[in-house]
Amino acid sequence: MIHARFDLAYPGFLLHTDIQLPMHGITALFGPSGSGKTTLLRCIAGLERAAGMLRIQGEVWQEGTNFLPVYRRRLGYVFQESNLFTHLSVRDNLEYGWRRTPAKQRNVKLEQVVEWLGLSEILDRSDTAGLSGGERQRVAIGRALLTSPRLLLMDEPLSALDYASKQDILPYLERLHRELDIPVVYVSHSLEEVTRLADHLVLLEQGGVIANGTLGNTLARLDLPIAHLDDASAVIDTRVAAHDEAYQLTRLDFNGGNLWVSKIERVAGESARVRVLARDVSIATMVPQGSSISNVLAASINAICDEGPEKVNVLLSIGDHTLLSRITRRSRDQLGLVQGMEVFAQVKSVALMA
Amino acid sequence: MDYIFSAADLSAIWLTIKLATVVTVILLLVGMPLAWWLSQTRSWWKGPVCAVVALPIILPPTVIGFYLLVAMGPDGPLGVFMQTMGWGLLPFTFAGLVVASVFYSLPFVVQPLQNAFEAVPERALETAATLRASSLDIFFSVMLPLSKPGILTATVLGFAHTVGEFGVVLMIGGNIPDQTRVVSVQIYDHVEAMEYARSHGLSAAMVVFAFVALLALYTINPTGRRK
Repeated sequence: MIHARFDLAYPGFLLHTDIQLPMHGITALFGPSGSGKTTLLRCIAGLERAAGMLRIQGEVWQEGTNFLPVYRRRLGYVFQESNLFTHLSVRDNLEYGWRRTPAKQRNVKLEQVVEWLGLSEILDRSDTAGLSGGERQRVAIGRALLTSPRLLLMDEPLSALDYASKQDILPYLERLHRELDIPVVYVSHSLEEVTRLADHLVLLEQGGVIANGTLGNTLARLDLPIAHLDDASAVIDTRVAAHDEAYQLTRLDFNGGNLWVSKIERVAGESARVRVLARDVSIATMVPQGSSISNVLAASINAICDEGPEKVNVLLSIGDHTLLSRITRRSRDQLGLVQGMEVFAQVKSVALMA
Repeated sequence: MDYIFSAADLSAIWLTIKLATVVTVILLLVGMPLAWWLSQTRSWWKGPVCAVVALPIILPPTVIGFYLLVAMGPDGPLGVFMQTMGWGLLPFTFAGLVVASVFYSLPFVVQPLQNAFEAVPERALETAATLRASSLDIFFSVMLPLSKPGILTATVLGFAHTVGEFGVVLMIGGNIPDQTRVVSVQIYDHVEAMEYARSHGLSAAMVVFAFVALLALYTINPTGRRK
């Protein structure tokens, strides 16, 4: 567990946090710019010196006047820009931190990192400036991993990249997530990235933490600002159940129902995370007849909240899972939707995240 | 016909090169930590220290020479120190010339170094720290390699400026052959003695040297727009 309590005041900005984060999976720090998410990450790294306390699995990194210098913290840090050392080759960049890690702490090898991140073709390049943005960021991630960190901190590692480079690098991040047992704290302002990568979600606003919980639970809270976003959504972790070769579809099962999506290249039993936007979920009081929407799930209404002058957000329970639906206030009244009612959720579109 | 340079001229040239080399080495050793501190500090002392380092740029050499003479004299702090250590006094010795030249050329080494260090992105240093590098390690593994042009500039300027000084040298060192009589002083002597041909030889050599040094500088650091 990470226990972080920080107080930091800059002119016009105040960071005040006291949070506990899990030491497994990916924790996303999410919030608008100026909310303090990067500052919080820098405080954890020791790059920013705030008053407070920081413990990683009981190990004190900061307490009172004790302040473990950055270079003695077993962490990896990936910045927004790759910050590759321009005077070093790709290989020397990768080995920079590795060389400085005591031999008995090393648990990652150069060959592994090169293989994981697909770096073999650029390993001997010396002109790091000539690499593409995605390649540079992959080298930066590999360089951080090669210090065998106990904790990986990532500050919007994709935000400086164009769309193609982002798509190029996301699978690597997911793979690291699946294959490496390193806890990651990930700063992002992209809800799409968060829903795709995170297991745990921390919401920040004006230097304070307003929510801290699992991704599913936090997304399913109607009282938080993310429920008001245009792309408010829910995620469901499913398993691949079957493929329909004739129609090129795949059925994903979860406790509470199943979803048909365009065929994906995974074998039955593999996990798949899907994201469902609130605006893509409509509600019917009876099983819809003659509809082109094939994903219909039996659900019960958990809560209804006003969303602007004409919309409402409806929180639906489906088995152990939750979905958000954004419908008009008029539909709510015409259908007579109230809390506790059994309904059918029609899911217009499902995005496969991971 | 005589050779262009007399034996005394050659001795002066050799002495000048020796002086400039020793002074440049000392300046780099002193200037690097000083410039590093200046480039990183947010201390209140930064301004005053920068100003003191830059003083020789605008003060007449006679002022520097006068105060150094006072400091090095039998009753000056430096003189008292030297005597206590049993080393003898500095004025009119090669060692005295070295000390004076270090002060006089300090800004020409510290300023390019400081500029170069300040140009190294803060992020590169932070990145190195997250990769387990201590401050000293960062200085040698990131700061120095990324400041190479600035270090070359500082070296060339420190050397060239020491070769080119006259006033401070004359006041501190006087005019002792093989000890303190450097090229600029030797030229002055030739002119005094109306040996214009000899003056020409040494002066032309100085012009060529200065041109080559400056050419090297502008080749290291091309001015104007880049990209």
